[in-house]
Amino acid sequence: MAGDGGGDALRVEHVAKRFGGVTALRDVNLRLDRGEVLGLIGDNGAGKSTLIKILCGFHQPDAGSIFVGGEEVVLRSVDHARTLGIDTVYQDLALVNELSVYHNMFLNRELVRWPLLSNRRMRRLAREHLEDMGVNIPSVDDEVAKLSGGQRQAIAVARSVYSDAKILLLDEPLAAMGAKEGALILDLVRDLKARGDVSVIIIAHNYGQILEVCDRINLLQHGEITFDKPTSQTSVQELTDLVVAEYRAARTQKLRADPGMDARPTPRG
Amino acid sequence: MSDTVDVAARVEPAPAGRPSRGLPRRVGEAFLRRREASVLVVAVALGVYFASASPAFLTQPNLVNIAQATAPVAIIAAGMVLVLVNGEIDLSVAAVFALAPFNMHYLVDYYHVPILLAIVLALAISALIGFVNGFITVFFRVPSFVTTLGTANIVIGIVLVTSHAYPAPIPDAATETIRHWFGDSDWAHLTWCLLIVACFHVLLTRTRWGLHTIAVGGNPLGATESGIRAGRIKIGNFMMVATLGGFAGILDAFRINTIDPNLGGGFGIMFTAVSAAVIGGTALAGGSGTVIGAALGALVLAELQDGMNLIGISANPYFIILGVAILVSMIANVYLSRLRRAGRA
Repeated sequence: MAGDGGGDALRVEHVAKRFGGVTALRDVNLRLDRGEVLGLIGDNGAGKSTLIKILCGFHQPDAGSIFVGGEEVVLRSVDHARTLGIDTVYQDLALVNELSVYHNMFLNRELVRWPLLSNRRMRRLAREHLEDMGVNIPSVDDEVAKLSGGQRQAIAVARSVYSDAKILLLDEPLAAMGAKEGALILDLVRDLKARGDVSVIIIAHNYGQILEVCDRINLLQHGEITFDKPTSQTSVQELTDLVVAEYRAARTQKLRADPGMDARPTPRG
Repeated sequence: MSDTVDVAARVEPAPAGRPSRGLPRRVGEAFLRRREASVLVVAVALGVYFASASPAFLTQPNLVNIAQATAPVAIIAAGMVLVLVNGEIDLSVAAVFALAPFNMHYLVDYYHVPILLAIVLALAISALIGFVNGFITVFFRVPSFVTTLGTANIVIGIVLVTSHAYPAPIPDAATETIRHWFGDSDWAHLTWCLLIVACFHVLLTRTRWGLHTIAVGGNPLGATESGIRAGRIKIGNFMMVATLGGFAGILDAFRINTIDPNLGGGFGIMFTAVSAAVIGGTALAGGSGTVIGAALGALVLAELQDGMNLIGISANPYFIILGVAILVSMIANVYLSRLRRAGRA
């Protein structure tokens, strides 16, 4: 199977990762097709962020293989992953408050006419690009600290899109967002999908929102992908049930181990 | 302290085509946007006051005095600002300031190294001490305050042990020309100082290195996630401040024409440099700072000490004024940044 190229932008086989005594990822197998938007769901602590940080080169896996465009790669660093077209919008956005919007847009890929920064060019390109993407901010000269949560998020996404990423990883882009701001991000993702040359993995908790934009949903549980269905064959109800069932199973196990702990009324079912 | 605003990143020229506004308004905006402006006003006001209070203030010998007092502090502060913007501090730079001229002396007089090469090697040793500071801070995750407190004492100890706590003369190998170039002339200090301040201002505001320095100080995790090698930036900045410390020490040794183990006063000149940086508008929280502001801060401190001396006030209240100046400028910084955000948001 390995190395047969095909239509997948990214493939992960048997990836495992431990931090000290904690197993974050046990055995992850995942496929991302070209131009596809994949939703990755799972409970807190299931290993979603760890997986993202491995795919973007921030962490290195203990075992397993990663294929980009059909070729096996070892992602040595964030920079290295970027050169392969993998870019990430982190949960914490990785924006620097003290810097202007346009400096943030070009953070660590600044345009330089050695030895100086090409500020004028970066400012113009940032402004044009944000306009193209329909992101509304007062001025690219403003410090990021002045912007609202939604604007910050939009800039982080726009930055990754601008980098010519072929594979975009979005770690909880909808967390702590108002409905309007969330819609802006979802629109950005839809635009990307329409372009067809970018593949996206989105981590989210709001199943309704990700079903709107995703082509396929994967569920990560205890460091393994346990569920993989096209969006058309699943529903918010099924996804919610899956995650709740997991919670119940864990709870039942605990109850068996220590029946006395259940002082509260058990949820129905 | 996320509400302190970085000025360094905003010193761009106004975009072409922006309609020009009235002068008073532009001056007002400049004050809000550029913290250097308020320190400049203080420096000028002090100059005017002391000039009117004492006819000796504006004489050339006195201006030379002020320049020579400002320069070493401003040179050290230029590097210190980078370290502070990184969110770190270097307490050992005053010790390096004392060590570098001794290294020059040992190399020339005991190892017969040519004087210019000896100066370069003394600076390289200073940079190495900076590397050790950065390495311990980055890889062992020791807070830089503690790291450099340790290395400062070690370096002071090395100076005292190797010199037996006795001063040494400037090596005879130093020709007249070299002495002139390195501080034994009226304006050598000032020339070096202006050159270094200009270079470091450009480094912080106009280069990738400066931008990454701000990013690492402002959002360490975010900078790393963007692929910036935070450790490398920090170590580089520790090396730069140490090198500048060594260089300022060599200049000062040539100026006083002797190599004194107490040069730099143990920690003294380091604290003066940090004070100058703070008065100039650099927050110790990281992410913001200005090299020109720090140089102006150094000038303000030199004017105060010199002027008070001239008009016959005892030097003792100097420290009270210094303390008040630090507090007032820090409070003003925080307040002005809030005003700036509120006004333009």
